[in-house]
Amino acid sequence: MYRYALRRIFGMVPVLLAVATITFFIMRLAPGGPFDTDRQLPAEVLKNINARYHLDEPLYMQYFRYMGSLLKGDLGPSFRYASHSVNDIISETWAVSASLGVAGLLYALFLGVSSGVLAASKPNSLRDYIPMTISLLGICLPSFVIGPLFILLFGIILNWFNVSGWEHPSDIVLPAISLGTMYAAYVSRLTRGGVLDVVKQDYIRTAKAKGLKGSTIMLRHTLKGGLLPVVSFLGPATAGILVGSFVVETIFNIPGLGRFFVQSALNRDYTLVMGMVLLFATLLLVLNLIVDLIYALLDPRVSYD
Amino acid sequence: MKSMIFVLLGMVSLTSLSAATSLNYLKDAKLASKQIVRLGNGAEPKELDPSKSTGVPESHILDNLFEGLTSLDPVTLTELPGVAHKWGKSKDGLTYTFHLRKDAKWSDGKPLVAQDFVWSWARALSPALASEYAYQLHYIKNGKAFNEGKIRDPKKLGVKAVGKHKLIVTLEQPTPFFTRLTAFHTLYPVPRHMIEKYPGQKWTKAGVLVGNGPFVLNEWRLNSHIKLLPNPNYWDKKLIKIKEAWFYPIENQDTEERTFFAGKLHKTNEVPVMKIPTFKRQIKKSPNKYHPYQSVPYLGVYYYRFNVTKKPLNDKRVRRALNLAIDRTLIAERVTRGGEQPADAFTPPGTGGYTYDPTLPIHADAKALKEARSLLAAAGYPGGKGFPKIDILFNTSEKHKKVALAIQQMLNKNLGIEIGLYNQEWKVYLDNQRKLNYAISRAGWIGDYPDPNTFLDMWVTGGGNNQTGWSNLKYDKLISDASKTTDEAKRLSYFRQAEKILLDELPVLPIYYYTKTGLISKDLKMQTNKGELIEYTSNIQDRLFLKNLVITK
Repeated sequence: MYRYALRRIFGMVPVLLAVATITFFIMRLAPGGPFDTDRQLPAEVLKNINARYHLDEPLYMQYFRYMGSLLKGDLGPSFRYASHSVNDIISETWAVSASLGVAGLLYALFLGVSSGVLAASKPNSLRDYIPMTISLLGICLPSFVIGPLFILLFGIILNWFNVSGWEHPSDIVLPAISLGTMYAAYVSRLTRGGVLDVVKQDYIRTAKAKGLKGSTIMLRHTLKGGLLPVVSFLGPATAGILVGSFVVETIFNIPGLGRFFVQSALNRDYTLVMGMVLLFATLLLVLNLIVDLIYALLDPRVSYD
Repeated sequence: MKSMIFVLLGMVSLTSLSAATSLNYLKDAKLASKQIVRLGNGAEPKELDPSKSTGVPESHILDNLFEGLTSLDPVTLTELPGVAHKWGKSKDGLTYTFHLRKDAKWSDGKPLVAQDFVWSWARALSPALASEYAYQLHYIKNGKAFNEGKIRDPKKLGVKAVGKHKLIVTLEQPTPFFTRLTAFHTLYPVPRHMIEKYPGQKWTKAGVLVGNGPFVLNEWRLNSHIKLLPNPNYWDKKLIKIKEAWFYPIENQDTEERTFFAGKLHKTNEVPVMKIPTFKRQIKKSPNKYHPYQSVPYLGVYYYRFNVTKKPLNDKRVRRALNLAIDRTLIAERVTRGGEQPADAFTPPGTGGYTYDPTLPIHADAKALKEARSLLAAAGYPGGKGFPKIDILFNTSEKHKKVALAIQQMLNKNLGIEIGLYNQEWKVYLDNQRKLNYAISRAGWIGDYPDPNTFLDMWVTGGGNNQTGWSNLKYDKLISDASKTTDEAKRLSYFRQAEKILLDELPVLPIYYYTKTGLISKDLKMQTNKGELIEYTSNIQDRLFLKNLVITK
């Protein structure tokens, strides 16, 4: 398994290089540049700016220049946030997004798995219908609806939490719930489906025949196999939740990474776009590897040796 | 667009400053014990290098971290002593002598001397710094040539230090608003000793940045807040009442509004336009908590460009017909609802003492409609028949969409023509507009300085901001004549003649003049530079001076 993991890690390098190359050139196809505004700059001023950021060089030169510094771990200066380098921006904001993401994910897992198990324990009864209807609602309601609703209820009417900002420890609660609810809904449906699949298997019948308690069967046998679909969903979901909290970060005014993901593209902040895309790609690759390794632990049929 | 510029040069018009004459002195207001002010500040600042910065959110912070040779009155924006305690001008208006105060210091205690200005201005103009705002220093002798790299020796620039406390500035041409310009951040001094020690932009980080303004940078957390504290080395530190100032980059207007009504902000940067009627009611209900809602004129015009190189808008009659058939008052009152003033010309009234006699109707009344219809018929489209299908291009935004929808309906109802709507992402829209790849395109122009020139010189043939394909040699001549004369009355008359041509040819469709709005809490007050308390009063260029703010009980 270690050899497998090592092989996968080495395999990431060409993938990331390809991602960097494709992003670099696609980004430049978009009309407009980082210094375009509705106020045309005098030609000589524009010339100075382009020279300063090497935008006057041929594209392939810019590409090699960028890749050269990328290999040294330098993501370059941000075009828009000129007082910060892309490395600065990521290192200053990733912890906020990560803590928000982890909180949202834990909430999603706890709520999703428990309600999924509850539903699967007595299919086609009220115990199934109620959590599944709620989860359908959760999937349908996007965070830009849930967020303001929570703010209205818990922030303004009940006055339990701050309506925006990231200063007090409790400021994480509302955004994490807004962020995690949709994922909780997915996890709950996947858990229910997975558990119902496993329940029909022979080894569960064996466990029942051995006279094990229902709760022991559920926790030790059924859930282990039943959670496999959830685990494979979690890889991309975690990457998405960690960097994709754009909407929630905007609604609650949270100083995380997610906002830069969208804004950098709109601003044509080339270096920041590259930094964000590479960060997301790396996260995705690493998390998928982790998912595959967890698979081997959960499912005896899977082996990488 | 909203983050663009808004420089402060120029003669501030007195007509738009009626508030200045009736300052509301507060005799019995008492200061609160906690002087902490929290302000919504729009977008995250791009950078805090005053020589390079261009946006308004940045200027709100830079105006407090640094100070120029002159400073400004927070209400009238007339010049007051800054680093210079007095100054004089030569008879030909070309040479200024500034006398710097002897106790001027950087926030780290180092003395600030005349040579600091010489170095800072040369740096701001240097091609290597590539400042977008370098043109603010083109007024200085050889400034433009130095910026373009045609002159390499900074000693040839028209700025010289005589001893430690005297600065002599020579200009290219008489620039009556120069002592206002020195209070603009491109001309602020920057600390050479820090910039050389922390190269690149590292010197602007919190904990490193050294300024000379009333406040210092204590914390800068990206997308979270910027915190300023009073500068103990500031020459007028006795005036400062605020102990802490927090700037929050809240771009989402709804979030900002919620934060305000939760009592966490003293002032918002903007207001969600749709909710203004609700706010007015809410504010009226608690007159002790909030300032009455008010919108303040802002130096800008919201308009549409016509592409005059393509049919049907290459025909002046069609352009005029479209201009006559929209109801500007209805748009301002029912669509935008921010207290905007319908635009009956292009230059906002009172810009630098200049007001153009209105020529465009602000109501689509029967007379205007009759003329519009006959113009359209004369152009070959009677009752709108055979009118080619054209689109209004706008950058994606709810507000622009609403205005475009209203105009689309008005043109359909009043002239019988079909207009499509077409929205694009900001940079794509800019690109298409520049390439004349549109028929009608939304635009806004915020004046660089309160003078008609900033609204009119953009329409000269081939001007970078023209972007309509329109050209008129007589117009070009008038604008060029206006820049050469020193006779103020003559200059304004050139502008008047030019605007007449512009509004006759109409490569544009002016819609409304901008206003600036914000929600303000009742305990936020101001003080004059003598320390007298007054009601909070906005100025027409949205400049913010913390040393003039106080919190009352």
